Amino acid sequence: MPVPADYNFYIDPARCIGCNACVQACSECDTHKGLSMIQLDFIDRSRSTQTVPVICMHCDQPTCAEVCPADAIKRTEDGVVQTARKARCIACNNCVLACPFGVPKMHDQANLMMKCDMCYDRTSQGLKPMCASVCPSQALYFGTREEFESLRPNSQPVDTFRFGAQRVTTKVKMVVPKSFAENLLQITAPLEPGGSTAPPLDPLLANYFEEGSA
Amino acid sequence: MSRSDPDELTIAPDGRPMEEQPKWRRDFPIDVPEDHYVARREFTKFLALTSFAFVAGQAWILAKSWFGGSADSRELLVARLSDLPVGGTLQFDYPGPGQPKLLVRLSEQEVVAFDQRCTHLSCPVIPQVAQGRFHCPCHNGNFDLATGRTISGPPRRPLPKVELKVRGDRIFAVGVTERTS
Repeated sequence: MPVPADYNFYIDPARCIGCNACVQACSECDTHKGLSMIQLDFIDRSRSTQTVPVICMHCDQPTCAEVCPADAIKRTEDGVVQTARKARCIACNNCVLACPFGVPKMHDQANLMMKCDMCYDRTSQGLKPMCASVCPSQALYFGTREEFESLRPNSQPVDTFRFGAQRVTTKVKMVVPKSFAENLLQITAPLEPGGSTAPPLDPLLANYFEEGSA
Repeated sequence: MSRSDPDELTIAPDGRPMEEQPKWRRDFPIDVPEDHYVARREFTKFLALTSFAFVAGQAWILAKSWFGGSADSRELLVARLSDLPVGGTLQFDYPGPGQPKLLVRLSEQEVVAFDQRCTHLSCPVIPQVAQGRFHCPCHNGNFDLATGRTISGPPRRPLPKVELKVRGDRIFAVGVTERTS
């Protein structure tokens, strides 16, 4: 049974309080074999406590599957990109390197790429994914668009991202304030020459900039 | 995004239509419905090629049984009648090494020889002259000592028979006959 088409996954980084509940809950999902597929990222740890959970965005044109030489990564009819097929995955790490969101993880003991599959055993039965079911601030929210809009009138979901020359549309939505006019997040814009006037916040990131421009 | 129509192909990252895409993109689709989809033409091709393979296999077996039998008809001196008492047995390799056969002297004038490999799972059979049988200990199969036909147990085909010629005192093996009943 596919995941209901009217159910969407929303990530609102502004709501994330960094409690790690999603990370723990994720490892309890039956399709992840006791491993957590969520990484809780710090935006700029030296200046802020802001965190963001990284789950698979389930791209419409999944880069991980595009670069897979073994034809192991498949997307089901509901648009969910699944963990690599055990019989096919050659543990080459192509997907790990290629994913613009940094989602796939190489499970070294099993020689298998594993990734967030939106708790397929649960969502395909109409349940919420583990992370969305435990998130206390609902930074991870699984529900219909109508529910989302009625609950968060000042937010808007964005599902288009730009990484350099690559434009990625996703099944999972990133939530931004409604004042943010466009339906496109320019992820790599600050990294491009002349793309951003603001100085980079992170000293580590500043080093990266200098090396990149040299 | 929901896709239930398998004819609806994945949109490639460059956005161009599927006709302009390389063939591998159609051969290795990302979406499961496309991956599982078998076109009628592909299925028919599979059926035709599989049937052809079966026909070719049968023809090969037929050709082997028509033309392949003469290779074994080498003459080999196996033993002398004077060396083999009545009821005595002798193991020899024929037509080549590693193909053990069993020679049995049934009476003064009668000698027979059979393949030693059981026709069930190729265990070596043991001649038991007193009981008038070849016994296979692996699965308790028994063959008749005089004809090589099955008496009991799992083997269904008789032991291949070695054609013998007795010239005076000497016994020659001249060929092997595979039998089905």
